Amino acid sequence: MDDTQTATIASEKSNKVKTVIDISNLKKSFGDQEVLRNVSLRLLNGENLVVLGKSGSGKSVLIKCIVGLLNADGGTINVLGENVGELKTNEMGELRKKIGFLFQSGALYDSMTVKQNLEFPLRRVRKDLSAKEIDEKVMEALDNVGLAEAINKMPSQLSGGMRKRISLARTIVVDPLIMLYDEPTTGLDPVTSDEISLLIERVQKKYKTSSIIITHDIECARMTANRVIMLHKGEVYLEGKLEKFETSEDELIKAFFKS
Amino acid sequence: MKDATSEIKPRSALLKAKKFTLKISETTFVKTAEVNNFLTDFADVLLFITRTFKETFSRDFEFREFLRQCYQIGNKTLPLISVTGVIMGLVLTIQSRPALAKFGADAMLPGMVAISLVREMGPVITALICAGKIGSGMGAELGSMKVSEQIEAMEVSSTNPMRFLVVTRVVAATLMIPLLILYADALGIMGSWVGANLKGDVSFILFYSQAFTHFEFIDFLPAFIKSIFFGAVIGLVGCYKGYNAGRGTESVGIAATSAVVLGSLLVLIVDVIAVQFTDLL
Repeated sequence: MDDTQTATIASEKSNKVKTVIDISNLKKSFGDQEVLRNVSLRLLNGENLVVLGKSGSGKSVLIKCIVGLLNADGGTINVLGENVGELKTNEMGELRKKIGFLFQSGALYDSMTVKQNLEFPLRRVRKDLSAKEIDEKVMEALDNVGLAEAINKMPSQLSGGMRKRISLARTIVVDPLIMLYDEPTTGLDPVTSDEISLLIERVQKKYKTSSIIITHDIECARMTANRVIMLHKGEVYLEGKLEKFETSEDELIKAFFKS
Repeated sequence: MKDATSEIKPRSALLKAKKFTLKISETTFVKTAEVNNFLTDFADVLLFITRTFKETFSRDFEFREFLRQCYQIGNKTLPLISVTGVIMGLVLTIQSRPALAKFGADAMLPGMVAISLVREMGPVITALICAGKIGSGMGAELGSMKVSEQIEAMEVSSTNPMRFLVVTRVVAATLMIPLLILYADALGIMGSWVGANLKGDVSFILFYSQAFTHFEFIDFLPAFIKSIFFGAVIGLVGCYKGYNAGRGTESVGIAATSAVVLGSLLVLIVDVIAVQFTDLL
C-alpha cells in the first residue's frame, strides 16, 4: 500500500465522514409485490446497525439496493456521499471496492481454494500489491478469523461455520469502509453463531468499519448492535437502542423478541 | 301459457355463447402471454449475445481464466472425443464397405470416409457430444453459481461476472471445439483404417494416401468455419442458460438439460444453414 492510499483510507475512516449511508424514502417492488414501501435510515460512521424483521420484510432487498445489486424503484441511497442510483457502471465498481458484503450462504467460489478465494477480490481491488504482500494480507485475514490452517482447502471441505468465517475473511481482506452482513448466523448452531457474532464485533474494532447487519437472530443483535431498526411491511417500524426493543410494550416487538 | 322449453332454449344458447367467448378470450390471453414471453426471452438472448460480444473486445480480458477454461474444455473432453472419433470412422467404414463393394468401388472407401468425416460427420457428431458435455457443464456450473450467490459475490467484489465467467467460456469454446473436431476427424480416419483392416490388409501409409487423394481444400475450409460457429453456439447457449438460471436447485438441472437440448438443436440448424452456403461453392 503506498502512502497516498494509506492516507486516503485513514481519512475516510476518521470522523470526517459522519454519515456513511443515508437512505431516504426507499421503494422497491417485484411485480405487484411491494417489498420496501418507504424506508429511511442512516448508518453512522463506526457503528453497527442491526436491521431486524420477519422473513420477507425486505431486509436482504434493502442491503442489495445499497450495493447496487438491485435497482430501487424510488427514493435515494447515498453511500459515502455518492448517490447509488446515479452512478455509472465503472463508478459503481469503484464504490464497491469500499464495501464488503457477506452473503447469507457465504458464496465462496467452489472451483477455487480458500487462498484463491481471498486473493480473487484482493488482486482486483488492490492492484498495487505485490505477490508477497497479497500472501501476507491473505494470511492476516485468515488469522483474524482463526482459520489459517484452511488456506489450501476447497470450500467443499469446510463446515458451514468455517465457510462463513472464510467468507468474512474474504470480505475484510480488502479493508472495506462499510460491511454489509446478510443473515450472518443463519443455519449455524448457537455456539458457532456466537463465534461469528464475536468476529463481527472484532472486525468493527480492528478495521474500524461501519456495518449494517441483517438478522432475525436476537442473540447476534445483542452481541453486535450499537443501534437497531425493525422493518415491518416494508417500512421502518421502530428505531433505537436494543434496550428500547427489549422493554417495548408493542405486541409485534414483544412477539418477535419472545420468539 | 308460454312454452317453457322455448324460454330455456334462448337462455342456454346465450350461456353457450358466453362460455365460448370466454374460452376464446382466455385462449387469446394465454397465447398472447406466450408470444409475449417468447419475445421477451428472445430479446434477453439478443441482449446477452450483444453484452458478451461487447465484453469480449473490452480491455482487461481475463486471460488467466480463459486459459483455464481452454484446459477444462480441451483436455478434459479429450478422452470422450477420442473414443467418439475412432468409433465414427470404424462404424462408417464397416457400414459403407458392403455398398461400395457392390459397385466394385472398394478403393474409394478411404477417400469417401475421409471426406464424409471431415465435411459433415466429424464436425456435427463431435459438436453434439460437446453440446452434451461442455454445454451442460457450463449450464450447471453457472447455474449453481447463480443459485449460491457466487455471481453476485463476484459483482460486489468489483469483478465483471460477464467478462470473467461468460466471455472466457465462450471464447474458449469457440477456439477449442474446432480443434477437438479436427482431432476427432484425425482419429476417425485412424478408426476407418482399423475398420478397413478387419476384412483386409491395408498399410497405414497407403490408407492415408488413398484417403487424401481426392481430398480438396474446399472439403476442409467450410467444415472448419462451421465448427467455429458450433463452438460459439455451444458456449453461448451453455452460459446463457446457466447465467439466467432461476432460484433453487431444480433450476440448476433445468439449466444443464436445456443447455444440451438447445445447444444440440442450434448445432443442427447452423449445419443446415452452412450446407446451403457450401452447396454454392
